[in-house]
Amino acid sequence: MSKVYINSVACISAQKTFDNSTFLDEVIAHDSNVISVVSPNYKEFIPPAAARRMAKGIKMGVVASKLALQEAGLENVDAIITGTGMGCVVDSEKFLSKLIDNNEEYLTPTSFVQSTHNTVGGQIALAIQCKGYNFTYVHCSTSFESAVIDAKLQLENNEEENILVGGVDESGEHTIKVHSLINHIKSENVKSSELLKSNTVGAVFSEGASFFVLSNKKQNTSYAEIADTQTFNTLPKKALEKTALDFLKENNLELSEVDVVILGNNGDIDFDNYYDVLSSGIFKNTQQVYYKHLSGEHNTVSGFGFWLASNLLKRQEIPEIVKLNQKDISTIKTVLIYNQYRGENHSFSLLRKC
Amino acid sequence: MSKGVAITGMGVISAIGNNVAENYISLVEEKKGISRISRIDTVHHDAIMVGEINLSNENLEKTLGLTPENNYPRTALLGAIAAKEAVKNAAIDDINEYRTGLISSTSVGGMDMTEQYYYKYFEDSECQKYIDSHHIGDSTKKIAEQLGIQESFITTISTACSSAANAIMFGARLIKSGKLDRVVVGGADCLSKFTINGFKTLMILSDTYSTPFDEHRKGLNLGEAAAFLVLESDEVVKAQNKKVLAYLKGYGNANDAFHQTASSENGEGATLAMQKALKIADISPNDIDYINAHGTATRNNDLSEGRAIINVFGENVPDFSSTKAYTGHTLAAAGGIEAVYSILALQNNHIYPNLNFKTQMEEFTITPQTKAKEKELTTVLSNSLGFGGNCSTLIFSKKA
Repeated sequence: MSKVYINSVACISAQKTFDNSTFLDEVIAHDSNVISVVSPNYKEFIPPAAARRMAKGIKMGVVASKLALQEAGLENVDAIITGTGMGCVVDSEKFLSKLIDNNEEYLTPTSFVQSTHNTVGGQIALAIQCKGYNFTYVHCSTSFESAVIDAKLQLENNEEENILVGGVDESGEHTIKVHSLINHIKSENVKSSELLKSNTVGAVFSEGASFFVLSNKKQNTSYAEIADTQTFNTLPKKALEKTALDFLKENNLELSEVDVVILGNNGDIDFDNYYDVLSSGIFKNTQQVYYKHLSGEHNTVSGFGFWLASNLLKRQEIPEIVKLNQKDISTIKTVLIYNQYRGENHSFSLLRKC
Repeated sequence: MSKGVAITGMGVISAIGNNVAENYISLVEEKKGISRISRIDTVHHDAIMVGEINLSNENLEKTLGLTPENNYPRTALLGAIAAKEAVKNAAIDDINEYRTGLISSTSVGGMDMTEQYYYKYFEDSECQKYIDSHHIGDSTKKIAEQLGIQESFITTISTACSSAANAIMFGARLIKSGKLDRVVVGGADCLSKFTINGFKTLMILSDTYSTPFDEHRKGLNLGEAAAFLVLESDEVVKAQNKKVLAYLKGYGNANDAFHQTASSENGEGATLAMQKALKIADISPNDIDYINAHGTATRNNDLSEGRAIINVFGENVPDFSSTKAYTGHTLAAAGGIEAVYSILALQNNHIYPNLNFKTQMEEFTITPQTKAKEKELTTVLSNSLGFGGNCSTLIFSKKA
């Protein structure tokens, strides 16, 4: 079985993360309940005529994929595997509201065609003429992890050599409004620095795209090795610690060998207690890191978590802004990422220095 | 990696039947499930024909034993019915006895409820329960709940009309690699105004019965359906002395990389998908006894797929037919129901006729099988082609 490496990273988020020459050097302090991405100059990557037809999610996905290819020094890949929790909501909303408002008349196909969940994967394939395997996973907060699991299987078995893997989700106006109605979004603005002290229900919603070239060939640009990713549709709080320990054991690791644990706390008082089980339990003495105060919450935001883990391992530094506690670590060798959303679709991922 | 994966259970609900047995009877008796639409109030009522399932949401909820406060969209209801039949067919009593996963697929998910309550959500708190069942992963979550799958790997694939074929493919990888012992795979899609109007704007809906591979084909009939298979590892099959219905022998996915919705005229993506599947199965084109084609009856699909079949099989194209004229095009579920039909064809040595075919297409000389045919079948190939250039092929066989 071959090892699987992250050979490049590209992250478009609510911070200026698309520029890999910096690493959270300057952080934008948000004060909102819905935050947008810091956009790269899309025109540099997409012809203007094509860009006009594309919703933000497609643009983010296409550009993040091009950045990831660039850094890996590749023109093309063997396969493209995308994750998205909500799909192309902007085009879906556009088509559906017109359909309802005009009683099924005067509709045009563009927004319908682009509303399809695999639009981003298809558009990337078109742009780079990749005729290989092309899958899109759409499963809540484990959409991105599903894509990673699929890619990892194929690379381990040497079926492919380079696979572009990414997660993308865009904000849609109607989607935001209805999720506010059911309190999945915080009703008040929250300062980034106060996220975990908000003491309120719901999350700060956001959008973003993270793409990576995964490969079974290590190269100079490699960030980390992905040792394992597992997901669980349900996981009661009382089973969390055991599941985490079993996961480490399957990877021949002792608890003490985890140098950094990245937690997906999003400030939702109803569900952050899952993270508390681990941070005040078995990982009490481990360096803890969080990131959703920087990125906000969306279904594929764990791609930001992967981006963060990759950088911690490659740069061997932990920006103060992401630290939840202070521990001395000489070398960062092993990073564990745990995420869940609203108590469901839990994931554990293990990244190693390479 | 050339060993087949055992299929030990299957379930289906479609316009031609509410379970596997009913579907097979309709296929053999050549009964179409295509009619005018009755469950959705659409201005296109007289301009389209659809493959509608003859059960209301209330009927389906009752069958599943759901309480009135449930928030199941129709996709989840259909999916749960078919998945439960598959698990029962596989004689599974304790779903969590082995590491069991679920890979479902859909294109619309909870869109049927979203389009009903889009504005009503802001006035009526009663319907707000459906807000969280809009995203398509929710239907998979509900199917897992119905099957009792807990603390396990579940996910959802959405690659338009090849979705269920891709769910089956990924399930096979997970079994082969030993990640899971058992996996329920398939897909579900209900009819919705959203898809009816979407396909209408693309001008690919027929105003009458669809006629796959016919020179005068006018487009597709949309349909709704759900279908699931149970895949199990050799170890489980051996330990439980399981009856194997068929083996998933080969699979392949490729991208046409030609256009967001249209297929290339030369059928490159479909050609690559079939070639990959044959390679994984480690068999030659001559070993294929029957092709269950995607055959949607759009001008573009049938030409592109027909050319792809010729690319792969040359002069010796096996018997082929599309079953879309029976069921309509059931989008994400299509690869699932056609997997069930392919396995039924193998079990019964029966090739279904391509209904409604009259006139040979001008662009090539291959002709679909137009009459039911009894013939010893060992290996069947099934195609599913979707938006985004997504092309998938599955190969089913009696032999491991």
